[in-house]
Amino acid sequence: MKDISYHILDIARNSLNAGANLIEISITEHNDTGELILQIRDNGYGMTEDMLKRITDPFFTTSSTKKVGLGLPLLKQNAELTGGCLRIESERNRGTLVTALFHQFHIDMIPEGDLAMTFRSLISSNPESDFLYRHRADEGEFILDTAEIRRELEGISLNAREVLDYITDYIRENLKALKIKEM
Amino acid sequence: MTKIKNLADLRELKDKLQSKTKLRDKSESPDQLVQIKVAMATCCIASGSRETMNYIVDELDKRNIDAVVTQTGCMGYCYAEPTVEVIVPGKEPIVFGYVDAKRADEIIEKYIKGGMLVEGIIPVNYKKIDQ
Ligand code: FES
Repeated sequence: MKDISYHILDIARNSLNAGANLIEISITEHNDTGELILQIRDNGYGMTEDMLKRITDPFFTTSSTKKVGLGLPLLKQNAELTGGCLRIESERNRGTLVTALFHQFHIDMIPEGDLAMTFRSLISSNPESDFLYRHRADEGEFILDTAEIRRELEGISLNAREVLDYITDYIRENLKALKIKEM
Repeated sequence: MTKIKNLADLRELKDKLQSKTKLRDKSESPDQLVQIKVAMATCCIASGSRETMNYIVDELDKRNIDAVVTQTGCMGYCYAEPTVEVIVPGKEPIVFGYVDAKRADEIIEKYIKGGMLVEGIIPVNYKKIDQ
């Protein structure tokens, strides 16, 4: 995976496959230390302890289905290459929380990528699910809450192109305001 | 510091959208619609399926084609990623491989709109791994 936006799409797809209909994604950046913390929390089926133990093993995949494969091991690897780490907490039938710590000043740090495009594709193919995206940096923070947008739009599907365009612009402009380089 | 944008102008968007007749509820008659499934597993994502999907969604809308575009897991043709399954109502599902923007454009114009076969079809009798 060449950037964080692809990792987010990938992990969120795992969550959706695990029956989640609410996915909270947060990115927190500290300019002084260069730390970037990525968290993805879902309300899906969660994992058993046994699955949890083996989940970052690249040769492990949940036996019956082929749903969780290379994604988490790759995220772990990319985080560890910067001197960071990956933590996964999960509770059966409650959900899963994936936390990755990156050190942005490290030479092996991957770019953040096109975050707006990741949310656009997630929302357009899962208009019934909710995504709560929060991005914090020294400059400030912003939140994209599809539940709030849904309430405002009263019955208009979130995957109408105008809505997707609106969301894309909203993310792009706010990332710019936070001085976050996407690519 | 640039001002952080909030959702204030959503109302405006809503009014604009409501006055547009084309926003029918797509779930009403899904079998009448073109269905497109874009494989979006880990390696598909790495090979550009996100870009393919966003392109397809935008182009269908611009060309006024009613379709449902969803993401799906690995379809088993990883060698030909990004892969896309297209179901035109009344026809057998077809899986296309190596779908970049150029091929997606052909699929929309020639296959979906024109009913002609185009390059990149994966000849299969496949079973879905996902589901
Ligand atoms: S993982 Fe992409 S098609 Fe198999």
